[in-house]
Amino acid sequence: MRTDAAIFRAVASTIVPEAAALDDQGWRDLELVVEGLLRARPASLAGQLRLFLQLIQWLPLLRYGRPFTSLDQAARTSVLTHLQNDRIQKIRVGFWGLRTIVLAGYYGRPAAARAIGYAASPQGCETPT
Amino acid sequence: MNQPNKRSYDIVIVGSGAGGGTVAQELSGLCRQGLRIAVLEKGPRLRDEEFTGRELEMAGTLYENGGGFLTADGTMTLAFGCVYGGSTAVYTGTSMLPPERIIRRWDVPGLAHADLDCRARKFMVENHAHLLEDGLINQNNRLFVEGCRKLGYDARQFPVNVKGCRGSSLCNLGCPNQAKQGTDRVQLPRAERNGVEVVTRCQVLSIGERTLAARVAAKPAGGKGDPSPWEPGDYQLEAKVVVLCAGAVNTPALLLRSGMGKRLPRLGHGFTCHPAFIMVAEHRRPITNFVGHPKSFYLDQFAESGRFVLETCMYFPFITAKSLAGFGEPHSAFMRAFPRLQMILVLACDEVDAYNRVTIDGGGRPVVNYRFTAEAIGGLMRGAITSAKIFFAAGAVRVHMPVAKTTTIEARDAGRLDEIAAHCEFTPGKVPVSAAHLQGGCAMGSGSTDSVTDSEGRVHGTPWLFVADASLFPNSLEINPYVTIMALADRVAQRIREELPALL
Repeated sequence: MRTDAAIFRAVASTIVPEAAALDDQGWRDLELVVEGLLRARPASLAGQLRLFLQLIQWLPLLRYGRPFTSLDQAARTSVLTHLQNDRIQKIRVGFWGLRTIVLAGYYGRPAAARAIGYAASPQGCETPT
Repeated sequence: MNQPNKRSYDIVIVGSGAGGGTVAQELSGLCRQGLRIAVLEKGPRLRDEEFTGRELEMAGTLYENGGGFLTADGTMTLAFGCVYGGSTAVYTGTSMLPPERIIRRWDVPGLAHADLDCRARKFMVENHAHLLEDGLINQNNRLFVEGCRKLGYDARQFPVNVKGCRGSSLCNLGCPNQAKQGTDRVQLPRAERNGVEVVTRCQVLSIGERTLAARVAAKPAGGKGDPSPWEPGDYQLEAKVVVLCAGAVNTPALLLRSGMGKRLPRLGHGFTCHPAFIMVAEHRRPITNFVGHPKSFYLDQFAESGRFVLETCMYFPFITAKSLAGFGEPHSAFMRAFPRLQMILVLACDEVDAYNRVTIDGGGRPVVNYRFTAEAIGGLMRGAITSAKIFFAAGAVRVHMPVAKTTTIEARDAGRLDEIAAHCEFTPGKVPVSAAHLQGGCAMGSGSTDSVTDSEGRVHGTPWLFVADASLFPNSLEINPYVTIMALADRVAQRIREELPALL
C-alpha cells in the first residue's frame, strides 16, 4: 500500500506540478478527497486504479530501465503523455480516470481554490472586495 | 424474510425534476377530490442552509453518481440531478421555448408546435423566466458578447428563471440563495400544499401491472438532507396510474428492467445529449467570472449550418481542471490564471444514431452506449474554432483548445486559426467531453415499431403507464431542454385528467 502511495504521489506531482510542493498535511488532504471519491464508487474502481498505477510504475522499465518513481519529471511527463495518447481507447480512458481523480484530490481542496484565486461565495455580487 | 411494506395510491409519479414536478403540480388539484398522489424521488431533499456551494460536497450530494456517471466506454461524463427537484436543482435556469424547426422535424403525429409553445410560455411566466438585469451580467459574459459583435455574430441573452439572484455563480451546485425557480421551488411545494406526498430517497426498482417495487434508503451517516418520510426498506405500491419522469437514462432503464423491452423494441433507442466541452481563454487582467450569473448569453446561429451552439459558462476549480485537456505545466498555467479566465461551452447538435442507446447491465443498472458520430465531432470542432475566434476578438492572450495538437494557442496565432483547425483531431478518451442535456430513449411516435409512447406520453399498449420527461424526445432539441420537458409533461397531465374516469 505504501508503494501504491508513492506511485500515486509521483503521478499526481506529474499531473499537477504544484502538488510536489505539498506538505504532509496537504498530501493527507488530497488523499482524503481521493479516498472519499473512491468510497462512493464501486469497489472495483479502486482495484482498477491500483492496477493502472502498477502499469504506470513498471511500464517505463522497457524504455528507461527504471520504474516510474525513479524517473525525472521530464521522463515521467513523457510516460504519461504516451498513455494519454495511446492508440488503445481503454488505456486513454484509464489514464483519463486517474487524471480526474488526481485533479479532484488537488483542486477539490479549499487551499488549492484559494491558491488559484477562486473565491466564489453565496454572497456573489455582494461579496466585500 | 421481511415482507415489503404495502402502499396504495391512485397516481404515482416517479421522479421530481422538470417532468415529475410539473405532472405533480398539474394533477395536484385532484387531491381535493380525494385522490392519493405520490411522487417517488431517488435523491434527498436538502434544507436551504445545506446548499453551501462547496464543489465536491455539493456534487456528491446532488448528482447521480456524484456527477461521475460515465458512458459505457468511459469517454463522456453525463451530469444529471438526483435530488428533490431533479436536474432543475442543478441547472443554470436558462429557459428556452421549444424551437419550431425542431418540433416540425420531430414530426410526431398529434404534436403541434403551437400547442407546445403555448404551454411552454405558461411555465416561462410561472418560473419567472426573464432577461437578467444588467448588474448581474459579468465580464465573462460581456466579453463573449463583445467578441461575437466584433465578428458579426448574433449573441443572444438567455431568459433565466431566477428571483433574487445574488450572482453567486454556483447554480450548478444548487443555488445557495434559493433564487433559481426550479421544480424544487415552484411546482413541488405547490403540489405538496395541495396534498401530493413526496417520498425522497425512494428508488423504484421495477414496475408490474399497476404495481411498483421500490426501496427506501436510509440517510447515510454524515450525509446531507432529511431522512425519507418513509422508513428504510422495501415497498410494494399499487397505483392505478403510473407516470415515469426519471429522466432519459433512468426511465428507459426502469422500463427495461421491468421486462418491457420485448414488447417495445424502440425502448432505450434514440439517446442524444448535446455532447459538450469547455473552451477556456486567458485575459491580461482579472475579469469578473465567478461573480455574477454564469450563463447569460448564447450563440445558436450555427446550429443548422455548423451543428453547434455556444453558451457562456463558468465552472468551479475541479470541474475546470477536469475540463482542460492534458496535464502538467500547460494545464497548471491556465488554472493559476483562474481570475483571468473566460469560458465558453461548445455543444454539438447530435442526432439519433442506431448505436446510441440506453441498456441495462446484469444488475439492472443503466448503461449508456454512446459513440461520437462524425456529425457531432464536426460540430464540436467547428464550435471550438468559432469559440477561439470569439476569445481573441474579445482580447484574450491565449486560448486552451482541447482538440488542437498543441492545446495552448497564443494570440499571435489568432490569424492562423483556420490552419490550426485543419490539424485538430478529436480523440475520444483524451478530449474531456460531458453532457447535461440527456434526451430520448422513450421517444414519442405513432406505434411500437417506431416509438415507445404516443404524442401524449402514453406507453404503447399500456393504458395506465405514461412517460413525462426528456426521454420522450424523438431527437435532440438543440437548445436547453427543461421548458420543453415541462410543456410535454403538461400535455401528459392534461391527458390523465381528461381520461381519469376510465383510468380509475
